Amino acid sequence: MDFETVIGLEVHAQLLTDTKIFCGCSTKFGGAPNSHTCPVCLGMPGVLPVLNKKVVEYAMKMALATNCEINKSCEFARKNYFYPDLPKGYQISQYAFPLAEHGHVLLDVNGEQKKIGITRIHMEEDAGKLLHDEHNPVSYVDLNRTGVPLIEIVSEPDMRSPEEAADYLRRLHEILVYLEICDGNMEEGSFRCDANVSIRPRGQKEYGTRTELKNMNSFRNGQRALEYEIKRQQYLVENGGTVVQETRLWDDAQGVTNSMRSKEEAHDYRYFPDPDLVPILVDQPWVDKNKKDLPELPLAKRERFVKDYQIPAYDAGVLTADKALAIYYEEVVKICSKPKVASNWIMGDVMRFLNEDKRSIRECPVKAESLAEMINLIDEGAISGKMAKEVVEDMYKTGKSPQDIIKEKGLVQITDEGELIKTITAIIEANPAQLKDYRDGKEKLFGFFVGQVMKATQGKANPQLVNELLKKMLAGPS
Amino acid sequence: MELNQLTIHELQEKIKNGEVSALQITESVFSRIDAVEERVHCYIRLMKEEALHAASKADDDIKKGDIKPLTGIPIALKDIVCTKGIVTTCGSHILHNFVPPYSATVVEKLTAAGAIYVGKTNMDEFAMGSSTETSWFGPTRNPWDLERIPGGSSGGSATAVAADECIASIGSDTGGSIRQPAALCGIVGMKPTYGRVSRFGLIAFASSLDQIGPFTKDVEDCAIMMNILAGYDPKESTSVNAEVPDYRQFIGRDIKGWKIGIPKEYFIEGIDPEVTAAIKKAITVIEQGGGQCVNITLPHTQYCVATYYIIAPAEASSNLARYDGVRYGLRAADVRDLLEMYRTTRMEGFGAEVKRRIMIGTYALSAGYYDAYYKKASQVRALIKRDFDEAFKTCDVILTPTSPTPAFKIGEKTDDPLQMYLSDIFTISTNLAGIPGISIPCGFTSGGLPIGMQFLAGHFEEGKLIQIASAYEKNAKNEKRRPAL
Repeated sequence: MDFETVIGLEVHAQLLTDTKIFCGCSTKFGGAPNSHTCPVCLGMPGVLPVLNKKVVEYAMKMALATNCEINKSCEFARKNYFYPDLPKGYQISQYAFPLAEHGHVLLDVNGEQKKIGITRIHMEEDAGKLLHDEHNPVSYVDLNRTGVPLIEIVSEPDMRSPEEAADYLRRLHEILVYLEICDGNMEEGSFRCDANVSIRPRGQKEYGTRTELKNMNSFRNGQRALEYEIKRQQYLVENGGTVVQETRLWDDAQGVTNSMRSKEEAHDYRYFPDPDLVPILVDQPWVDKNKKDLPELPLAKRERFVKDYQIPAYDAGVLTADKALAIYYEEVVKICSKPKVASNWIMGDVMRFLNEDKRSIRECPVKAESLAEMINLIDEGAISGKMAKEVVEDMYKTGKSPQDIIKEKGLVQITDEGELIKTITAIIEANPAQLKDYRDGKEKLFGFFVGQVMKATQGKANPQLVNELLKKMLAGPS
Repeated sequence: MELNQLTIHELQEKIKNGEVSALQITESVFSRIDAVEERVHCYIRLMKEEALHAASKADDDIKKGDIKPLTGIPIALKDIVCTKGIVTTCGSHILHNFVPPYSATVVEKLTAAGAIYVGKTNMDEFAMGSSTETSWFGPTRNPWDLERIPGGSSGGSATAVAADECIASIGSDTGGSIRQPAALCGIVGMKPTYGRVSRFGLIAFASSLDQIGPFTKDVEDCAIMMNILAGYDPKESTSVNAEVPDYRQFIGRDIKGWKIGIPKEYFIEGIDPEVTAAIKKAITVIEQGGGQCVNITLPHTQYCVATYYIIAPAEASSNLARYDGVRYGLRAADVRDLLEMYRTTRMEGFGAEVKRRIMIGTYALSAGYYDAYYKKASQVRALIKRDFDEAFKTCDVILTPTSPTPAFKIGEKTDDPLQMYLSDIFTISTNLAGIPGISIPCGFTSGGLPIGMQFLAGHFEEGKLIQIASAYEKNAKNEKRRPAL
């Protein structure tokens, strides 16, 4: 049977505010257990939450960047459940009245734009972490993360394949990082994703029974988990079984999903408006201000790169995937005015070095200025492309300017005609037999002479000039 | 008169005149405690050593001429307000060993005003009750009749003032927990407007209803205490940043030309005839003082108790979820796993009434019942508030009995929660509407039990309550009685 996959995603993104959502504690990752806590985030008796306004602002930025409508009034609600990492016994979240709704992001699916709907974006507090002692039946609670602000971005069930889902996640991730409201670090849990997956016979309107997948901590894992889960559901249906509504956990090591809890075991969160917090009123001037402050977003940048720099869409995609990389690229182009050459050098050598060292462009020792100068030097004929390969590697290793490296290594190209004529004359005189053969029509021997000149100049001769001079001189005095 | 029997303003005079020292006052309070506390049991914890130490420090200040509004005045705190470094139990086994690392905003304000703390007073567990019988530490007895309850949930704080075991005290009022015990103990108790006094550090029962207020021996002391307690607190999101008047200015002013609303819904069948008679007599006094009593209607009154007993337990069920044995308070021993730890801790830690309300509240918020209960109750609450908004268009204040009956016998209503809930029938609407209310003494039954009368006003009109209560107090010339302990 031909099945269609239906995927909806819930993304949790930690916001980069300095302090927590309802108290003044630091949001820094790590730190000794429970060192970033106070009575408020510890949920001690009698304490009260006070909203960090920055959280609303950051959440609003994401909502605007994903084309959401901002609700004029929204409120916090309590999500009630027991767990040791949740000190109050409830999480302050949003339920009936979220900050923003009805947004979308655009994906490129087989060369066509596809809209993925965003149902809602709401604010909430993160929970703490449990540390389990491997040798004793004891668990420890670290509440440093408790109260770190999160936004939850809920999509419509608009994705039709794991690739689309992964692509959607990358787009969201990119926007969050561009807005500088989330560091996007998936290993540290700054960007987390749950998925709702179902299948249905192609052409059927009704959705199939869905399962919820949790614990996918990278784009690749997400895609693998979805692929596995779809296969599992298909196998079930094709063999006369039915999909059960449940929450399943992705096991990365085994490459499978396992049932965590059934629908019957699902929590009744007993949401109700948090009486300790007042409704948040968002007026138009506040929205307008945040809208005005939005930076150029990845999609717009991509389109501008293609248009202004005349580079292929693929290049624009790679260069804008990271905001810092895009800034780097534009700095290089500004100085060297060779957009495609710049793109080749960055996407080729520079990114290869960075990837090998697992470094980001921010940590790149090759300054944009230096790379641009090097491109100019090639253009001016001061160095050859081949020399440049060596130069750029040295620039990466030492952080030095291309001029310094060229000087130190004596890499300067010989463009002095007189000097080259002397060299060529000597070579011709030393190889009378080859000269005769060449003049008799063995034109292949031209390459032999080029090689000899390069050898004599240790490759520093300007190849174009060598060609010109050799042609003239081998032909003999006319 | 013994020093412990005097009011704040009387003692202030004596301190200023150099007639008494803070130490003398404090010692007189503790000698009274030594004499009667065993029979009354209004304190969970006494802080004698700290109090005497604070008193000598206060005397140093007094010598330097540094006299603050409460310098040298022994104050009792309901054990629901957090006190840094001092066990705060909320009347519950589950918090029997909880030492807060912070103080409630009101405690900081009282400390800054020079208060000396006598101790932490008894209360219904988590403020859930109207008789102080649900305390894990045992009941408090009414000083006017030790066989009877003092009211609740702030029964300990009310009793401490009535029995002269302190000069004034702090209580909290979620549905009448200050005003009802004030009435039953024959003293003054005020529940301020929601948002007027900071809730930070007040252990939450029902967050949208809870409010801290004072118990005092007369109305002027109430004004003095309100001057200290009232005001905006940035640590609380529901705190209101509104100007705080000097409440003492309302003392001694007349109420000529005032309209006093008498809601017909508050004079119902089942109300004790002696209470009705006392209120009628009080109305005469008020009219003689220049007030004009007018009949008003608060049409949704009959839904108040039902509405309250959905909203308050719903909020409580969530507020009390944090008592899970993980971080502080009681943790059940010898458990096999997490679930058993939760269950056993909460089973052993909470009393029957608290469990009942957690169950009711959990039910009211459950999927499929939320709309019928919590949501409906919230809608009715809005109507109840509107009743008051309408009423205050035609009158300045509203007058009602505080409690339908005087103090009842210990154990009389413990097996009948519904009867217990009805003892707050006249006080609950105030919290639902968020308006301020005051209870003041208006006489005694033939059996010698105090009767209280309640005034209600619009939001942030505590000044009006103090003005009319003070005018009544002056004009009524009620005989001063003290409980014969």
